[in-house]
Amino acid sequence: MSSRLAKQGRLIDRSKPVTFSFNGNSMQGYEGDTLASALLANDQMMVGRSFKYHRPRGVVASGAEEPNALVGLGQGNRFEPNQRATTTELFNGLTAISQNHWPSLEFDIGSVNTALARFLPAGFYYKMFIHPKPFWKHIYEPFIRQSAGLGKAPDKDSRDADTYEHFYSFADVLVIGGGIAGLQSAKAAALSGAKVMLIEQTAHWGGRTLVDGGTVGGKPVDKFVEQLVSELETMDNVTMRTRCMGAGVYDHGYVLGYERLSDHRPGTQGPRHRLWRIRAKQVVTATGAIERPLSFAGNDVPGVMLASAMRDYVVNWGVTPGQRVVIATNNDDAYRTAIALKQVGVNVIRVVDTRATAGPMAEEVRQLGVRVDPGKAIAKVKGGKRVKNVQLCNQDGIGGAREEIECDAVAMSGGWSPVVHLWSHCGGKLIWDDANAYFRPDPKRPPLGANGDGFVVAAGSSNGHLSLGEVIADAHAAGKAAAKAAGFKPKNTRAPSGEAAEEAPMEAIWLMPANAEVQLRMKSWLDFQNDVKVSDVQLAAREGYESVEHTKRYTTLGMATDQGKLSNINGLAILADSLDSDIPKVGTTTFRPPYTPISLGAIGGEARGEVFQPIRRTPMHDWHDANGADWEPVGQWRRPYAYVRPGESVHDAVNREVKNTRDNLGILDASTLGKLIVKGPDAGKFLDMLYTNMMSTLKVGKCRYGLMCSENGFLIDDGVVARIDEDTWLCHTTTGGAERIHAHMEEWLQTEWWDWKVYVANVTEQYAQVAVVGPNARKVLEKLGGMDVSKDALPFMEWRDGKIGDFDCRAYRISFSGELSYEIAVPASQGQAFWDALFAAGQKFGVMPYGTECLHILRAEKGFIMIGDETDGTVIPQDLGLHWALSKKKEDYLGKRAHSRSHMTDPDRWKLVGLETVDGSVIPDGAYAVGEGVNANGQRNMIGRVTSTYFSANLGKGIAMGLVKNGPDRMGEIIEFPGTDDKIYKVKIVDPVFFDKDGEKQNV
Amino acid sequence: MSEPISALNHASYDGIAKVEESGLQGMITVRGNLSDKVLAKAVKDATGQKVPGQREAFVEGDTGVCWMSPDELLVLVPYAELNAKLAAMTDALSGVHALAVNVSDARAVFRVSGNSAREVLAKLAPVDLSPEAFQPGQIRRSRLAQVAAAFWMDDTDTFRVVCFRSAAEYVFELLKVAAQPGSEVGVY
Repeated sequence: MSSRLAKQGRLIDRSKPVTFSFNGNSMQGYEGDTLASALLANDQMMVGRSFKYHRPRGVVASGAEEPNALVGLGQGNRFEPNQRATTTELFNGLTAISQNHWPSLEFDIGSVNTALARFLPAGFYYKMFIHPKPFWKHIYEPFIRQSAGLGKAPDKDSRDADTYEHFYSFADVLVIGGGIAGLQSAKAAALSGAKVMLIEQTAHWGGRTLVDGGTVGGKPVDKFVEQLVSELETMDNVTMRTRCMGAGVYDHGYVLGYERLSDHRPGTQGPRHRLWRIRAKQVVTATGAIERPLSFAGNDVPGVMLASAMRDYVVNWGVTPGQRVVIATNNDDAYRTAIALKQVGVNVIRVVDTRATAGPMAEEVRQLGVRVDPGKAIAKVKGGKRVKNVQLCNQDGIGGAREEIECDAVAMSGGWSPVVHLWSHCGGKLIWDDANAYFRPDPKRPPLGANGDGFVVAAGSSNGHLSLGEVIADAHAAGKAAAKAAGFKPKNTRAPSGEAAEEAPMEAIWLMPANAEVQLRMKSWLDFQNDVKVSDVQLAAREGYESVEHTKRYTTLGMATDQGKLSNINGLAILADSLDSDIPKVGTTTFRPPYTPISLGAIGGEARGEVFQPIRRTPMHDWHDANGADWEPVGQWRRPYAYVRPGESVHDAVNREVKNTRDNLGILDASTLGKLIVKGPDAGKFLDMLYTNMMSTLKVGKCRYGLMCSENGFLIDDGVVARIDEDTWLCHTTTGGAERIHAHMEEWLQTEWWDWKVYVANVTEQYAQVAVVGPNARKVLEKLGGMDVSKDALPFMEWRDGKIGDFDCRAYRISFSGELSYEIAVPASQGQAFWDALFAAGQKFGVMPYGTECLHILRAEKGFIMIGDETDGTVIPQDLGLHWALSKKKEDYLGKRAHSRSHMTDPDRWKLVGLETVDGSVIPDGAYAVGEGVNANGQRNMIGRVTSTYFSANLGKGIAMGLVKNGPDRMGEIIEFPGTDDKIYKVKIVDPVFFDKDGEKQNV
Repeated sequence: MSEPISALNHASYDGIAKVEESGLQGMITVRGNLSDKVLAKAVKDATGQKVPGQREAFVEGDTGVCWMSPDELLVLVPYAELNAKLAAMTDALSGVHALAVNVSDARAVFRVSGNSAREVLAKLAPVDLSPEAFQPGQIRRSRLAQVAAAFWMDDTDTFRVVCFRSAAEYVFELLKVAAQPGSEVGVY
């Protein structure tokens, strides 16, 4: 059984007990525990079940690499699934539940899958679920949904209780990893004067050196680290953060740091996570190394653990994973675990070492009274929910002639793999090191920055150095190299000398025993979380999967939430062996960020709730909101769709507004329309190029409607242009077009016509603009008093500056409704006051505000097109019958040449017509008209589509516009629009102008 | 004339920094050849300042001039003096190819002040806001989260932030989130 030791535990504070719960059971731990160490202290060996076979799973590691100990953490608005117990710091009141089991952790129905393992081999998804077809929906999918998956999704009604933020930071040298290598690198770099940032994913500096021991410069390593940390803390040019993981390294020295501010004290003030968005000139990856498991049968039984993790639990948290421990190794490092366990009085029954002769450390362990068996291996671990005994055999062989010994924990060490993830994220290459059997960074092929030089330097054990002396020397050199590459002159200092016990060479062991029979291989786990075994990878190889990337996806090796931190190297070694190839030839899968999963909250940062997205507001926004506005998003703007009165439906409100504007007086907040000032001696020439019609000839004081096309001839915007003075024009754009058309103008001025004397300024938001529309429009303006707005003083399509009431304004006599209509622009800071004045003065004239839907209906009644309805990026002015707006006098304008292309002049292009149902109903939006026959796919041939469709309260029937093949030549014909409501709409082709064809209403 | 009202009418918030909408500010966008002597004189007459170089801002109170781009300046004048100053500038620039236009009402202006002001801005703008890199006298046209913004420093712990008027509420809410209690980063 696992238990708390009487002594030891350098990270825990035994004077501060902590209460937490696991699956509803109350348990005790200490401040400084991780959830994993606390669970082990409470003899909770089994912590979850595996993904596919629902096998019992226990803690196997002590850090970020943990594949098994995933829990659902927290409750309600703070519940989060798939949290690693090994990186979860314990706090009072923590609640955790185990995952992937039903109905309970102890008794799980899904574990029957393990009995079916023969029928769930590698690639079983691909093999099983293809035939017969109906089985997928009715049998396979329900089965998979029930049995697959890890943690539960949070309750759909819960909302994350915490806030998150980003922080932009800049450094000359960023050091990732706060172990002894990172600390030494940071110091070496900082001594040059470079601005250094040092981040460490755990809560503590020093890394695993503090567990493994040794001396530096004659001092015990813990004293050395203590001194190094305090030195760095006093340096002004060094920023240090714990609980901040280097998540990803990207182009141009961009690095994401994931800081967990309150995971260990939930509910405290401030953000929970902070995502550091760091730009570094140079990055030092001092990310350490991860121990590899050994592949023997039953290596997944709870109680089997990495040897390094086992001594971490002893030294850091005063917890022993077992009372009777067997250690299996192919290297000397695992002997440290034997020593650590013996020192606290745990019975180490046996060390089996695959090597024929054990090294000097074996001798030390023998001196402590532990039996060491060279050339031996574990054939099989027996036990269900915890280890009961192990069967030992010779490493050379198939696993026969076993010796069985009772034990309750097994420590395994298959050697170490440098953590090369961050080196690799942005393209750093690896080389295979035969002596140590690992991939390490190839210093000749680092990730390259913008100038073609490397911007990442690996340091310490992540660079393949496993002994303390080498780690310190390498880290010191890496820090200096990074500072130099960042443009600083490193101090001429030497690394302190580190010393640790001498180690004999390791032996590459990928399967235990070497020629294990199939029954053993079927129980030898590679990927603990996703249930991939040695036999699965071998099967994949036999079935022709040669690429490691394909094998990964076929077997799911390394595809779990731990991304194969423990399994990848072992897996590809088995694959290489099966293919009779070399490991470096098989190569690794791609290392992708993030290093471990980071929260979606951190990625989103501040963008949630009120500030999820910007909402642009006009000066009258609050008034609209208080007066029943049913909001419509138009780009980032919100515009009132209609003003709904109590007791009305939105449709009722639209109909009321439509009638009132035609009969009395409507006012519309048109502030969102784009307003671009175009000024200069060449402004006229410029606008003639941008608009299809002539703008240079416009007289000062007058307005003209214009169309804009892209150079490919397609309509991109329209609006009214006013000439302000000899050199200055004001161009109105659509609401969504203001920024886009401004950029379009700047692009042409900066890239093509850079020598034309034209300046553009976007003054959209300078003005609140109100459309005053309807038969009483002039009356209300006259009541307010001020400038002369009579028919003669301000004729249609002209503008004047002046005063209306108290307000300085520019009044445009323009109409998008066919009514007598003015648009009045006042300074935005007086917009609400002007609106109030209009509304008050308009009371006796029947004023009502109207929204965008009314605006649409009024313009559709008049057959006016709308960019984005009648156009969709494929429509040219000719399609819409706008030939009158295409200048024939101008030599050139954007789109002119495109309009002469054969497809643009094709007489079969669909063209704009009015559409009216025979029965007066409203054609569904987006409906297509069908013609005779079917196309190659057996679908009805299409001859047109609806672009705008409304109920017109003024006309008492549905009206629409659409694009129809040969439409203008087919006036009066009836065509058919099938709806999705199974009704076929019979529709007559008519003139698009439905109302006041002669324009008498606006001409008053 | 009715009383002009700024976008958020002096709303304010106290967190790890103080955030205040600072009311109406006269602003003139000037586009032209920044090395032109006529333009330089017009700027000097309006603000008392010389033409700023790249990323420079010369501002005293509500008067000054900021570099916006290689051919654009933002001239700051008291809101009440805007019309007179704009007319004078337009007059002075009449002989050269240049554009001077009133954008006062198109903007909202915030003051962000306090010990953590740098950190509050650095949560939202991808800009090096360390004291070594950013000081009074400099301006950045950048973004705050998802919208365009420009900012400069009035003194060592006070920023002036300019955004579009329509985004005023978004920017105010953003600054509030970034200045929430307990969110000090502790680096500046």
